[in-house]
Parts: sequence; C-alpha cells; structure tokens
Amino acid sequence: MADNTNSTNEKQQFYRKKHKEEMKHHVLTFAMMIAFTLIAFGLVIAGVSPMFTIPVILILAAVQVLFQLYYFMHMNQEGHEMPALMIYSGIFAAILTVLALSTIVWW
Amino acid sequence: MADDMLKSTNLPQNPERATLEGRNKFMGFWFFLGGETVLFASLFGTYLALKNSTVDGPAANEIFGLELVFLMTIILLTSSLTSVYAMYHMKNNDPKKMQLWLGITVALGLAFLGLEIYEFYHYVHGYHFGYTTSAFSSAFYTLVGFHGAHVAFGLGWIISLMVRNAKRGINLYNAPKFYIASLYWHFIDVVWVFIFTVVYLMGKVG
Repeated sequence: MADNTNSTNEKQQFYRKKHKEEMKHHVLTFAMMIAFTLIAFGLVIAGVSPMFTIPVILILAAVQVLFQLYYFMHMNQEGHEMPALMIYSGIFAAILTVLALSTIVWW
Repeated sequence: MADDMLKSTNLPQNPERATLEGRNKFMGFWFFLGGETVLFASLFGTYLALKNSTVDGPAANEIFGLELVFLMTIILLTSSLTSVYAMYHMKNNDPKKMQLWLGITVALGLAFLGLEIYEFYHYVHGYHFGYTTSAFSSAFYTLVGFHGAHVAFGLGWIISLMVRNAKRGINLYNAPKFYIASLYWHFIDVVWVFIFTVVYLMGKVG
C-alpha cells in the first residue's frame, strides 16, 4: 500500500465531503418524514372524510417507507441490486399475503 | 497479513462491504429483511381481517389515544435519524462519535419501549382489553407486541455491539456488524410507519 500514501489524505478528505453531503440529504429526508407524519395525524384529528383520509395516509406511509429504504438504508447507493431484489420480492409476497388474509382466509 | 488488514483503521469508502464476510452479511441480511416483510404482512393481514371482531370488548376507536402514538412515532423516527448519524461517523472513522450516536439511539429506543409498555398496561387495566378479550385484541397485541419485541431485540443487539467494541476502533471486522444493526433498526421504523398508519390512524378513522 506504499503507492497511495500521498493520496490517502486527499482521498479521506474527498470521502468526508461526500459523506457530509449524504448526511445533508438524510436530514432533509428526515424533515420530510416528519412532515408526512404530521399531515397523516392532522388529517385524522381534523376528521376529514375516511374515503379521502385512508388512501392518503396509506400513500404517505408508502412514500415514507421508500424514503427509509432509499436514503436511510442506502438503497440509492451503487451495489444494491440484490437488496432491491430481496426487498421487492418480500414486498410482493407481503401484498399477496395481506390481500389473501384480509379478503378470504379469515372470512 | 490478512489479520493486519482486518484490524487496520485505514478504512475504504464502504467498510461494511469491503470484505467477503461483510458482503455476505450485507446480502444475507437483506434476504432476511425480505422474509421479515412477509412475516409482518401476515400479522397485518390477520389484524385487518379481525379488527372489527370485537365481541363484547372495546373497539379500536374507543381505546386508541393519538397523543401517545404520535409521541412514540416521533421518538422512533428520530432514533432512525440518530442511527444514520452513527453510520455517518462510522464511515468517517470516528468511533467515539459513533458510540455517542448509538447511545442516543438506544436511549430513544428505550423511551419508545417504555411508552409501549405503559400503553399496553393502560389498555389492560383501564379498559379490560386483554390478549384474549376478542379476536381484535389478540390480533392487535400480536402485531404491535411483535414489533415491540423487535425493538427490544434491536436494543439488546446495539448495546452488545457497543459494549463489545467499546475499546476498539472501527475496522473491517466490526464495521459490517454496526452497519447491519443499523439496517435492522431502520427496518423496525419501516414496520412502525405501517403500524401507526394502519392500526392507529385507520382505527381512529373507522
């Protein structure tokens, strides 16, 4: 590893800068998740019609989860093809499970 | 030589995926999370099917208090952010700050768990809403309790890692361990997002 002793420091500086930028995105993501949570609770407390509220809060939850997966769990970074495959397979099976259980199994 | 590399504190950009073992853990853990998704889906599906089967017991909108749930949601969301901060300091090779942020995450997780225990206690003693009161109560306690058990397990996991690595730096051997624990913590938050939406908010709406 003698060949990169000079550039090591520079590289570290570059990485640190990159990490700091990522962290800014994370804080922004967090602010949006808090905002979504406030909207969801606000709709329910304000007593808006359930026909409107239920789909909206479900969509807000789905978007929040995507924020968690892509930003907090770093799925937006490279090398996450397999994790995407695993989690989307899981979500696919999860949707089938919820549909089956809530419609026919416990009828 | 291999051991020196493993214990070196001169970290590459993604220390959690720099070794074969790290990559395997990373991959295996995402596979596990896919399975966990299905596990929680089965509990959610059961809850959705049985939430109106209250027999003589109280119904969802009679017992749920949104103030407590809101507080729990904010606490868990914040703990997700603090564990991101811990991973930020891990990647910058700053073990002290990483430990500090993990400590904050653990404190928030404990607060969440305490509130959840208080909530269940309140239901059981204030409303006579026990595990066997109705199909709704069983489905509710199983779903939310399973999530609470995940929180408790995650806390034990993170605390063990903190204690075990208290006097060590961050290296290629322990970086994957921290990274995976933080993935687990985020997943717990993912599940909670659906619990507060599907169970509490939809329960209040009716």
